[in-house]
Amino acid sequence: MYAFEFKRPATLAEAVTALGAEEAQALGGGQTLIPTLKQRLAAPAVLVSLNGIAEIKGICTDDAGRLCIGGGTTHAAVAKGAGAYPALAALAGGIGDPAVRNRGTIGGSLANNDPSACYPSAVLASGATIVTNTRQIAADDYFQGMFTTALEPGEIITEVRFPVPMKANYQKFVQPASRFALVGVFVAQFKDGVRVAVTGASTGGVFRWTEAERALSANFSAAAVKGLKASADDLIADIHGGADYRAHLIGVLTGRAVAAC
Amino acid sequence: MPKVTMRVNGRQVSGEVEGRTLLVQFLREGLEMTGTHVGCDTSQCGACVVHVNGAAMKSCTTFALDLEGAEVKTIEGMAAADGSLGVIQQAFQDHHGLQCGFCTPGMVMSAAALLAENPKPTEAEVRHYLEGNICRCTGYHNIVKAVMAASGQDVSAIAAE
Repeated sequence: MYAFEFKRPATLAEAVTALGAEEAQALGGGQTLIPTLKQRLAAPAVLVSLNGIAEIKGICTDDAGRLCIGGGTTHAAVAKGAGAYPALAALAGGIGDPAVRNRGTIGGSLANNDPSACYPSAVLASGATIVTNTRQIAADDYFQGMFTTALEPGEIITEVRFPVPMKANYQKFVQPASRFALVGVFVAQFKDGVRVAVTGASTGGVFRWTEAERALSANFSAAAVKGLKASADDLIADIHGGADYRAHLIGVLTGRAVAAC
Repeated sequence: MPKVTMRVNGRQVSGEVEGRTLLVQFLREGLEMTGTHVGCDTSQCGACVVHVNGAAMKSCTTFALDLEGAEVKTIEGMAAADGSLGVIQQAFQDHHGLQCGFCTPGMVMSAAALLAENPKPTEAEVRHYLEGNICRCTGYHNIVKAVMAASGQDVSAIAAE
């Protein structure tokens, strides 16, 4: 790891100022960033830890009934405290392993936007809103490709607001060595329709499977997606599975998620 | 160099560290507490697990300076005051829950975190909770057996191998 200056602001305002420095990088739980630093794949001059900022931690429900989760909230805290949205709590409880869940944060995961991370699928399928220190970003506008988001340099995720669906479920086919999703599918049924988000599968990162959304909005049953085949175009093909295999898994996991709702 | 202060096993400690100093380096090289091991250095093996404010964390994937004022517990804090083994450590010895012993500090700390939140886990719950702790010797059976025994449950029916 290259050397850097470490800062640990206690307020959001101080963190925003610190991130204004040349070559500054925000640090969430660090469960991805620290291994990346060790491999010298990143070399910030200043590392600004968000872990000391109490105002971006915690879970509450807003007047619109949305579940609001602070950007600095750990996966373990979401697993325990997001009882109002059980599918989201279950997803958080399945990320990594217990030690990772005690340190990694939702804001960190979303800012990184790993194509195989779990949280992006929940955020996109829920139509959640990502709140930063400067603005609110709709999930449909936020994810812009593998490790790419709508965040500007120095912008900090302060909160994520999840509309709570009538029914929802997340199915993850685990890549056993890393415990990331080889493919993960999050299905959420709202009054005005169904949203299906797929992670782990695409070279473009998390995406909505609109054919399945249409079929499930007309008939919310596993049978409705039984004959549906996801396109293998632009899907990830690697040592763990080919594009056709991932396309197949998308269909299987979507059916399972609906059946489990 | 910046200075960090925290409590380790109930003792107030402080030291000068670099921004990039990991908690495990502060423990091993700064405080000369070498019980916490670095197995993989890539956040996968769990040998470096310690408790930070009561929660299991990978000390190789946490910066020392990020833990200013934290309460840290390491394997050195698991023995009784007279130096005799703690309940979980004794169970690992009784049930041969280790061979080379390299993963054991992390295993014991993870097991302690599990039993703190779930005092009577099932065998499946133990296996699931320990998924972030890798052992290349035992095949896990005796580790699971030791954790079950440490929880005060009858392990006579659990296969030894």
